[in-house]
Amino acid sequence: MKRFAQLFTQLDQTTKINTKVNALAHYFQDADDKDRLWTVAILSHRRPKRTVTTTLLRHWAAEYGNIPLWLFEESYHVVGDLAETIALSLPPKESDQDQSLSYWIDFIKSLGALEEEEKQEKVLWAWRQLDDAERFIFNKLITGGFRIGVSQKLMVRALAKYTGMEENILAHRLMGDWTPDTTTFQDLIITADPSDDLSKPYPFYLAYALEGEAQDLGMPEAWQAERKWDGIRGQLIVRNGELFVWSRGEELVTDKFPEYKVLAERLPNGTVIDGEILPFKDGQPLTFNLLQTRIGRKNVTKAVMSKAPVVLMAYDLLEWAGEDIRQKPMAERRKLLEYAVADCHHEVLMLSPIVSFSNWEALAQERAKSRELHSEGIMLKRKDSDYKAGRKKGDWWKWKIDPLTIDAVMIYAQRGHGRRANLYTDFTFAVWDGELLVPFTKAYSGLTDKEFGAITAWVKKNTVERFGPVRSVTPHHVFEIAFEGINLSKRHKSGVALRFPRISRWRKDKPKEEANTLDDLKSLL
Amino acid sequence: MALLEFRKEGIYCPAADIYIDPWRRVKRALITHGHADHSRWGHQYYLSTTSAMPVIKYRLGDIRIETVAYGEKKYINGVQFSFHPAGHILGSAQIRVEHKGEVWVVSGDYKIEEDGFAEAYEAVKCHSFITECTFGLPIYKWKPQQEVFQAINQWWQQNKSEGKVSVLSGYSLGKAQRIIQNLDTSIGKIYTHGAVENVNEVIRQQGVRLQETTRVTAAIHKKDFIGHIVICPPSAMGSPWIKKFKPVSLGVASGWMMLRGARRRRAADRGFVLSDHVDWPGLNQAIKATEAERIFVTHGYTDIFKRWLIEEGYEAEVVETEYEGELSEITDSKEEKAEE
Repeated sequence: MKRFAQLFTQLDQTTKINTKVNALAHYFQDADDKDRLWTVAILSHRRPKRTVTTTLLRHWAAEYGNIPLWLFEESYHVVGDLAETIALSLPPKESDQDQSLSYWIDFIKSLGALEEEEKQEKVLWAWRQLDDAERFIFNKLITGGFRIGVSQKLMVRALAKYTGMEENILAHRLMGDWTPDTTTFQDLIITADPSDDLSKPYPFYLAYALEGEAQDLGMPEAWQAERKWDGIRGQLIVRNGELFVWSRGEELVTDKFPEYKVLAERLPNGTVIDGEILPFKDGQPLTFNLLQTRIGRKNVTKAVMSKAPVVLMAYDLLEWAGEDIRQKPMAERRKLLEYAVADCHHEVLMLSPIVSFSNWEALAQERAKSRELHSEGIMLKRKDSDYKAGRKKGDWWKWKIDPLTIDAVMIYAQRGHGRRANLYTDFTFAVWDGELLVPFTKAYSGLTDKEFGAITAWVKKNTVERFGPVRSVTPHHVFEIAFEGINLSKRHKSGVALRFPRISRWRKDKPKEEANTLDDLKSLL
Repeated sequence: MALLEFRKEGIYCPAADIYIDPWRRVKRALITHGHADHSRWGHQYYLSTTSAMPVIKYRLGDIRIETVAYGEKKYINGVQFSFHPAGHILGSAQIRVEHKGEVWVVSGDYKIEEDGFAEAYEAVKCHSFITECTFGLPIYKWKPQQEVFQAINQWWQQNKSEGKVSVLSGYSLGKAQRIIQNLDTSIGKIYTHGAVENVNEVIRQQGVRLQETTRVTAAIHKKDFIGHIVICPPSAMGSPWIKKFKPVSLGVASGWMMLRGARRRRAADRGFVLSDHVDWPGLNQAIKATEAERIFVTHGYTDIFKRWLIEEGYEAEVVETEYEGELSEITDSKEEKAEE
């Protein structure tokens, strides 16, 4: 694991993409096939099954680190990462080893079958012989979520550099439902044939937010406009009479949406549709919230399905009659898509309507209607564009509506963690309800480091009360809060819940008395 | 009447009518060390250690200041005061206050590890101890400085072999000189930002030996920096000043670099865990060594550390102060800005 730890340190120590790609390509060269495949798996968010709960890890770490559990938890709050907190809380290692990455992954997998005491014995045995960096990685492998500043895209670039293969081909081969237990580096990457795996989706083409003005895009005729629907981006595959539904997060979600089952028979084999999994009832989209509660459920019951039924709002056609048609121009794919949807003729598969416009001003007016149509804005796609892999600039743009905003008073502050452990960065905001300030949202991001520094100094001097890590502060500062949507909520004191709240501006020009009221907020419902 | 009280102006001794490290203007102030959050402008009278005085005077200008040697007893209205090495920076002191058999110690900022530059920390026994706890969490454990400087020198060597300039940031008073003193000058020359060099000059004038450094000026050609190292204050890191060094590798030396998150946030290439404050084991060791029963914690992770102390059997309280610890090493600092 020393070589992998070295790679990790190299990746962590630089912000430069090229340095990262080179470090990773070098690592691929040095590692054996098994470690190579596991590295690819980890960097594409495939991790070994969790065999130890985090609760147990916390207890063992506190015990071995000789500190009370509450102090470990406080440290965790500051560090913001469990694996790192554990690594920093343990005493120095007692002996040395250099087993491979795969050895430790097998080791972690083997814990699953053991009793709690044996697990503890084994984990402590591992901690005793790993150094700080290795411990961090070992803990990360157990707890999952290996986010180390290496995107899948970057990993694919490094893999392309090492294998001499094309990035697009590699990206496709890495998609789908494989694990290092079901394949090998050779089979998956070197000799793979996409038809091996019926369920394999294509990489999603993702749009950037439009920079500047829409009219700068040139002739309106060159562009196709659609609504940007507020659901979950998904890919629906019918091959060999089987149906597969993938979410953008590369998660197979077929079972979560039984509504689509019927499409396995109604769509011809060799069809892949890119679309939006959208809650939809009585001729219009429902709020994203409903979909979110539905995803959270383990079982999709009848009640859930009738409360938040979904359709697939089809955007694009990627495979038709078993042929990969991503290289065909958008306009041509759209024609085929229209045909496919019409031919399928089922209410669960809808065609994302084209928004026609003759000039940019007219489209801006259409965009202004977005909120009433429950959409997030307009998507712009160049009619002659092919379907690219990943987030690419130029041919597709999302032109979102401006967020809703409200001016609110800061009333609580909490220290940030991780990156901002020493600053107050998490704030609770309130609006006026008569003489009272009613808290209605928390917001984190949106200020510059300089502003966070200033507000931290202010919070320290204006603390009214302390509740653990939270401080109530003198109501004084007004901030503009931006958000994407607002819903009624029984769980919140204010009676509303916001979607994606963030700080958009520090309104130093406004005294607290001029912040908005609860009525102002509710008028946005 | 307690021997020391906590007032809105700062820590106050009513029997002697004098403040220690006050943050508002007062008549008479005892100063633990020259950092701006402890040594503020506008008092009518200052008292510091002999070796802390030149920098305090340089920073605050024309002030009325007297000095004492470490360990020297000074009586004010019958209260006995003495200054004892805190190991934080050159001239830094803990202030011991004794009256009618009762002893209090104000730690100021301190560090236990000897760094070969600041006067070595000395444990002082007392009944009540007012301590900082900037890094009062068990995750903060420093490596011996020898290991840290080995890593810094290796990084410098590596940058040199890649044809890069190494730029390393640390407080211009204290951290910068500690770094300069421990760099391996067989690798190359040490350049300094003006804020650092100004402090260097003051320190050299008081007879302290420091490795040779060269002030960065517009007259020096860009190419001349390649392979060498530049020491600058944290505030210079994000400024246009940094642009004259290219290609460059940026390093930050601070206790905050212990956390991955803090390292990443700086967008520096390397973070070195180097602090002039005590770490967790040091803090606990220091408190034990004072044999004090009452502990007041002033700045850092105060609430958490207080609870820990209470569980360890101490009487502990949090005191609100305006001290910053190492905070400005990773945020914008008024102190460093003023000197550019």
